[in-house]
Amino acid sequence: MSISEQTATPTLTDDAQGMSYLNRLPRRLVVLYLPLAVFIIVLLFPFYWMAITAVKPNSQLTDYNNYSPFWVVGPTLDHIKYLLFETSYPGWLWNTLVVSVCATVLSLAASVFAAYAIERIRFKGSRSVGLLIFLAYLVPPSILFIPLAVIVFKFGIYDSKLALIFTYPTFLIPFCTWLLMGYFRSIPFELEESALVDGASRWQILIRVILPLAVPGLISAGIFAFTLSWNEFIYALTFIQSSENKTVPVGVLTELVRGDVFEWGSLMAGALFGSLPVVILYSFFVDYYVSSMTGAVKE
Amino acid sequence: MTATTKPSSALGALTRNNTFLGFLFLLPAAVFLLCFLTYPLGLGVWLGFTDAKIGRDGIFIGLENYQALASDSVFWMAVYNTVLYTFIASVLKFALGLWLALILNENLPFKSFFRAIILLPWVVPTVLSALAFWWIYDAQFSIISWSLIKLGLIDTPINFLGDPNNARASVIAANVWRGIPFVAISLLAGLQTIPQSLHEAASLDGATGWQRFRFITLPMLTPIIAVVMTFSVLFTFTDFQLIYVLTKGGPVNATHLMATLSFQRGIPGGQLGEGAAIAVAMIPFLLASILFSFFGLQRRKWQQGGQD
Repeated sequence: MSISEQTATPTLTDDAQGMSYLNRLPRRLVVLYLPLAVFIIVLLFPFYWMAITAVKPNSQLTDYNNYSPFWVVGPTLDHIKYLLFETSYPGWLWNTLVVSVCATVLSLAASVFAAYAIERIRFKGSRSVGLLIFLAYLVPPSILFIPLAVIVFKFGIYDSKLALIFTYPTFLIPFCTWLLMGYFRSIPFELEESALVDGASRWQILIRVILPLAVPGLISAGIFAFTLSWNEFIYALTFIQSSENKTVPVGVLTELVRGDVFEWGSLMAGALFGSLPVVILYSFFVDYYVSSMTGAVKE
Repeated sequence: MTATTKPSSALGALTRNNTFLGFLFLLPAAVFLLCFLTYPLGLGVWLGFTDAKIGRDGIFIGLENYQALASDSVFWMAVYNTVLYTFIASVLKFALGLWLALILNENLPFKSFFRAIILLPWVVPTVLSALAFWWIYDAQFSIISWSLIKLGLIDTPINFLGDPNNARASVIAANVWRGIPFVAISLLAGLQTIPQSLHEAASLDGATGWQRFRFITLPMLTPIIAVVMTFSVLFTFTDFQLIYVLTKGGPVNATHLMATLSFQRGIPGGQLGEGAAIAVAMIPFLLASILFSFFGLQRRKWQQGGQD
């Protein structure tokens, strides 16, 4: 670049170059849209593959010479019918739902009280309790499942839904408490003070003042906790033995995969149907979901 | 509910005592966490010093489990795999996630729609998406192999999960696929908190795009990066599901992570003590990343003008 060129261009273009260097269309296409398209295709392809396999007739499933693998001619519902009527799949769905709802409700209830106590009652040591909760959030299930299996067995709840309902809160409570603490912190103290002056008890304040204001937080924590329980695998794999008590992820993996003959169609249908409930829930609450995910990181 | 609104005077005095009230409110959460988190954590450490088997309480055998592990090549292979897996997957997740976050931070049409679908891999149960990957990585009918053959890039199907190094690369790819959305969306949230005025001021001073990224975006983002990556490292290090679905530790133990090895020895193998010892061996690594996270948080405080 020559000096004359530099002096010739007024400062305005310099500014334009700084602020909107991506704004020219061809460049924007290469720098922005192309990578974005690649990202999206790669991130979504497994779902497409899952869906298309679930409706492919067996004859097309492994015949790539006569049929394009990316498309399906004459989709079939055989795999889905097989899944719903000839396996225990509906039962697994029901189990997953029951376990997830119970664990979520239990965790939310405990977390609301804990978060309120830590954030607002300001008792001695509340800060260190908050820190301990955060540390509890960082304890991964993969180092707990063996001793937990021993405990679950001693409690006599091995191989029952209760085993999961009682153990899932170990990762749900720390998460929900941490998230709700952030929400409670954003509610102005003045509201609470005036209620206290009016003679309200802590219980009344929590139920009548704080909780109605924290509804978005409760929804965020609730759907996130539900998703986490729905997706949980290692506890369900370890603590559940009998087919009728299994959850979807464990059931699909341990009962639909048999020997060397993989029935990919019904396996993918199982994966698809097991994902749908969380995906539907997620699609309704995207913003809550994102805020709970990023909230947990930012706090 | 109305009963609690008019407590007797003694009870009233007690409920005005913040320490007691705090204790009362914390009780449900504390009971759960003590019973099912703290106690098992301690029990796990204890089991690591015993020869407990399924159906039989073990007796204290000191460090024998750890001595056995120290001379166990499969265990060291698992340690090596875990470190390799965590390192490569985390670096890729960070680089690609940051890239995706920067793309999404630009003015795009349908931005919120893109943001929503990008999170899907993270929302869907890992085991179920891993099953899709299992099918994608099939030795005979892999769609990747087929596409590459059609494009004329390779002649024979790739043996994705049958060869140790291919298997490692395949599980890392699946892990990265699942982890990118979390990193990208979290970093995007961080990017959106960076004031536009900083970028404007820098451009007025003639900073290039790269300079603005290097000297504004990156430093402002560092605290969030530290936290996000700590979580990412933590979850990658203790990963279990992907390996369990895709390779079950095979071929010939080449892809065992510490978590899957601990499961295999402890639950199907019945050696609870040994399995617990492997799990306990993960704790030092986890502590290191938690400490790292604390330094990240500290720095965040300092950057906001608080005390270091």
